[in-house]
Amino acid sequence: MTIRGKAYIAGVYEHPLREATGKTVPQLHAEVAKGALEDAGLSKNDVDAYYCAGDVPGMGGINQAEYMGLNLRQIDSTETGGSSYVVHVNHAAQAIAAGHCKVALITLAGRPRADAKEKYRVRPGGGAPADYGFEGPFRPTVTNMYGMAAMRHMYEFGTTSEQLAWVKVAASHHAQYNEHAMLRDVVSVEDVLNSPVIADPLHRLDCCVVSDGGGAIIVVAPEVAADLKRPCVKVLGAGEAPKHLNGGKVDLTYSGARWSGPAAFEEAGVTPADIKYASIYDSFTITVVETIEDLGFCEKGQGGPFVADGNLISGVGKLPFNTDGGGLCNNHPSDRGGITKVIEAVRQLRGEAHPKVQVPNCDVALAHGTGGLLGSRMGSATLIMEAPGA
Amino acid sequence: MSEQKVSKPKVKAPRVNPETSTFWEATAEGKLLVKKCNACGEKHFYPRSLCPFCFSDDTEYMECSGRGVIYSYSVTRRTSEPWAIAYVTLEEGPTMMTNLIDCDFDQLSIGQPVEVAFVDTGEGSAIPFFRPL
Ligand SMILES: [Zn+2]
Repeated sequence: MTIRGKAYIAGVYEHPLREATGKTVPQLHAEVAKGALEDAGLSKNDVDAYYCAGDVPGMGGINQAEYMGLNLRQIDSTETGGSSYVVHVNHAAQAIAAGHCKVALITLAGRPRADAKEKYRVRPGGGAPADYGFEGPFRPTVTNMYGMAAMRHMYEFGTTSEQLAWVKVAASHHAQYNEHAMLRDVVSVEDVLNSPVIADPLHRLDCCVVSDGGGAIIVVAPEVAADLKRPCVKVLGAGEAPKHLNGGKVDLTYSGARWSGPAAFEEAGVTPADIKYASIYDSFTITVVETIEDLGFCEKGQGGPFVADGNLISGVGKLPFNTDGGGLCNNHPSDRGGITKVIEAVRQLRGEAHPKVQVPNCDVALAHGTGGLLGSRMGSATLIMEAPGA
Repeated sequence: MSEQKVSKPKVKAPRVNPETSTFWEATAEGKLLVKKCNACGEKHFYPRSLCPFCFSDDTEYMECSGRGVIYSYSVTRRTSEPWAIAYVTLEEGPTMMTNLIDCDFDQLSIGQPVEVAFVDTGEGSAIPFFRPL
């Protein structure tokens, strides 16, 4: 596949100001976005992909997407300095050619001259995102932000701490076989409930480990794969979506997996019933419960009962998950676990997981990543893969 | 579980910028503002110069009653001074992040009515905390 003739530039806009005193960086990004959309004759709600670089404040483009109220199927914050925006046109064209999006927005904005003059001076890279002043005073932490999502899920659906604990119990059953896992002891529901509450309703054992380390992935073309000795895993489909506070219409009971999951399943041509193994991002136990619902493994609100009674344990339950022990027991390198999710799914599809946790006939697997905070804004990404020779 | 009460939360002056200075100046007068869009009629929070629902730049501030209900909360307990972070859904519609103060953390519940309780930063602004009614 090539991008040749598959994508068109429909609108452009250059901001007229050369000194933007009285305006913020997020505002400037929104103003150029509005200008380019008007030039194209499109509206904000037509945009389904957003590309930006390091001049946007926040976590990649997610805070800026929230500022602009974008609902996206594709988000990319590739940073290569001044060349970033040319790279973005290429990446947007690739995504459009692949059918992953239809209307991509690319923005650049900044105010180094105004920064030098005004009291709002911000550090290079765009400074604080627009939401910062409205959240920082209230001391959000990773744990209390996931805690608020769990509290609301419990309130709406009757999810219990015992059900959340089952996620950790299942991870620990798997971690006992992983010689590199940080926590190899099998724990019980009672152990989780008896560990101290960090932030309501999450106990210490509802939280993932803090670890060093890392991982890497090699992705190749089919003709390269054909010449390699190692079994190669086929990528069937992928979906991605940021989720944010939506201008104050807040709903913490779901994650961006609500959108990234169906997109990945559609492209892969499979359904949740076809998934033999799932790597589900497990920063906290509640992350797994909400994600499993959003991916369609059960109805919304039924994640608690679904994960209970060992249903996530390989060889015991219906949905073997995180057979390396996951972030909860094995590893969460650099406080980012997405790569280990793909790695364990590849082990399963190659038949190279630990024999005690290897899923028999594992032909289709899923890996899902969640970045940021379930309690405010996050990036979600779903990947579906097929076993070598399947 | 903890029985601590918090009456005097620590406050630092917020980072103010050209888009939000009106909001923060109003807090010093005890007023809680949200933005309303004159094009689509939606209200939003945090305040932006462009409406996040329709991208119109015809937005204006409106004063809120200061009352709302707890959408969710979480008490951070593994610390010498626990605090309750929360989202409060305002009577006017938008939901905003805050802390719940002047209360017994073990008596909080989702859906509980609350009202804004500004705590002055001493730098021309006040932080909009909330307390149960
Ligand atoms: Zn509007």
